[in-house]
Amino acid sequence: MTPAFATVPSLAMQAIGLTKHYGQVVAMDGADFELARGEILAVVGDNGAGKSTLIKALAGALIPDSGQIYLDGEPVRFSSPLDARLAGVETVYQELAVATQLDIAQNMFLGREVRKPGVLGAFLWQLDKKRMRQQAAEQMHSLGVRVQSIRQTIETLSGGQRQAVAVARAAAWGRKVVMLDEPTAALGVRETHQVLDLIRRLREHGRSVVLISHSMPEVFAIADRVHIHRLGRRAAIVSPKTTVMSDVVAVITGALRSDAVVSAALAPARAPTAD
Amino acid sequence: MGTRELLGRVRMQDPEMTVATAPRSDSDKEAVAAMATPPTSPRQQTLSLFAYPIMGPLFALIVIFVTFSLTTSTFMNAGNMSLIAQQSVVTGTLALGQTLIILVSGIDLADGAIMVLGTVVAGSIASHSDAALAMALGFVACVVAASINGLVIARFRLPPFIATLGMFTIIAAAARLYSQSRSFPVTSDLLSVLGSGPEFGKVVVTYGTMLWVALTLVLGYALNETPWGVRVYAIGNSPIAARLNGVNVRRVVFSAYALAGVLYAFAAWQALGRTPIADPSGYQLANLDSITAVVIGGTSLFGGRGGVAGTFIGTLIVVALKNGLTQAGIDSLYQQIATGALVMLAVGADQHLGRGHRA
Repeated sequence: MTPAFATVPSLAMQAIGLTKHYGQVVAMDGADFELARGEILAVVGDNGAGKSTLIKALAGALIPDSGQIYLDGEPVRFSSPLDARLAGVETVYQELAVATQLDIAQNMFLGREVRKPGVLGAFLWQLDKKRMRQQAAEQMHSLGVRVQSIRQTIETLSGGQRQAVAVARAAAWGRKVVMLDEPTAALGVRETHQVLDLIRRLREHGRSVVLISHSMPEVFAIADRVHIHRLGRRAAIVSPKTTVMSDVVAVITGALRSDAVVSAALAPARAPTAD
Repeated sequence: MGTRELLGRVRMQDPEMTVATAPRSDSDKEAVAAMATPPTSPRQQTLSLFAYPIMGPLFALIVIFVTFSLTTSTFMNAGNMSLIAQQSVVTGTLALGQTLIILVSGIDLADGAIMVLGTVVAGSIASHSDAALAMALGFVACVVAASINGLVIARFRLPPFIATLGMFTIIAAAARLYSQSRSFPVTSDLLSVLGSGPEFGKVVVTYGTMLWVALTLVLGYALNETPWGVRVYAIGNSPIAARLNGVNVRRVVFSAYALAGVLYAFAAWQALGRTPIADPSGYQLANLDSITAVVIGGTSLFGGRGGVAGTFIGTLIVVALKNGLTQAGIDSLYQQIATGALVMLAVGADQHLGRGHRA
């Protein structure tokens, strides 16, 4: 299908009319999405609104039935998480995706291990452990994540540290977009603040960040814009500067119509006759 | 999910070590670009080739050796040590393949049957044809059978226990049908070569023993020093995490089963060297013996933890225990009881000491 609208050049990522059905269940019902370059976009919505489905579609973890995704204005089609990764889109999933018995460096490079140069790497497939450890340590350091040793297994880390490793890994590989699915859900107050600081630093480093969160104070503290998801589609996209928290909650629950809030959308709205 | 609970159990290194905000500096700006150029940090240099705990099994092996050396007069001598090595090669080689499969959270109940199929195919063809061809076809039979396991488990998601239990009975019956329940004496030098080797006085170091050691080293290298090895451990540890990190879980799991098939073929060759007769009803408990050796060697049945060094020691434990009890004149039924108790002890230790208790 050829979309009847113009893509906006300042968008890092955009999606138009994504749908996904599981039998009778509609998980995505024409969901739109837009993420500006260098912003933190919060995605909020009720349980079952389809936030995770949206993120999975954008991350290549599921293939939408229809709709189109754009990365830097170019149409893309991710058939696996690896495709999305290769395109520069990294995701930190809700189910904390770290292998607890591997160490920090191994986790940072899992699936993208570096081999030694020359014969050892080419024919004997020998890992360049030293190089991977150095790079992992450097990455952790540059993001201000402190751990005793890069050789610690994940199971020896606290929950906040584990999440920090996952975020640092996503930042290391996600050249363009880093998506975080409720990164602070299992964390205490102090650890939550530390992870939020880390997310701000990602933005400073030029990443475009998508943050799914249930915590309104968190969203209003950190987000540049807020995407409100409801019933499998985007109900509204607002700025925390122009929309108050209670109105966002009202749109989430359906108490307030989505056209009653000031839209902060950058891309022109789809014509209602599309499809 | 469960993170809070884990938090409580994990030994906290230092409360200040949780994600701490570093002072903002210019280095923040160049941050991610620095991934490309490795800086030097000299501290982290120490090798950790065998990072897993093989100390327990090693200790048990030493206790067994010391005990039988003190209680019998025939255990501790070069001839008997050579015998223990020879008695170990078949189970030990099978157990290498079994280790690989258990590391990816699988189990293989068909390994012994696949090996027997290999011996019968090789033995029967060698009886009327070229020995090298016979050996090659024996290898093919083992790899194909093991790959079928890999296919139904990795591709069609059958539980490994059920899939390999089914394959166990199918292959055992197929080997009998194929051979019409006959045995094939092996006369070829090639097929039985692994049972021979250079002699030093009364001591024979068989080629089979050398092969077993070599295969252990090669597999140890593959598991510890290659991307494939890291992925094997990652999958056994958490298949979801591995998949979300872009690891092709199906392919790695399949490769583990297929590679185990190669090891079973070597085990078939070893078996013909030990007893130069291809018997379709032989080695019926080889599957349980191999699992026993793996588990006693400290590899976790949950997957993701352990390795071939432990399996090597575990095999020696099982064989040395049987050998020693025989030397001490104890009934073989008691030997089985001792082995069974040892397995339960090893798994019990894994349950209680494992899972997050390893620093």
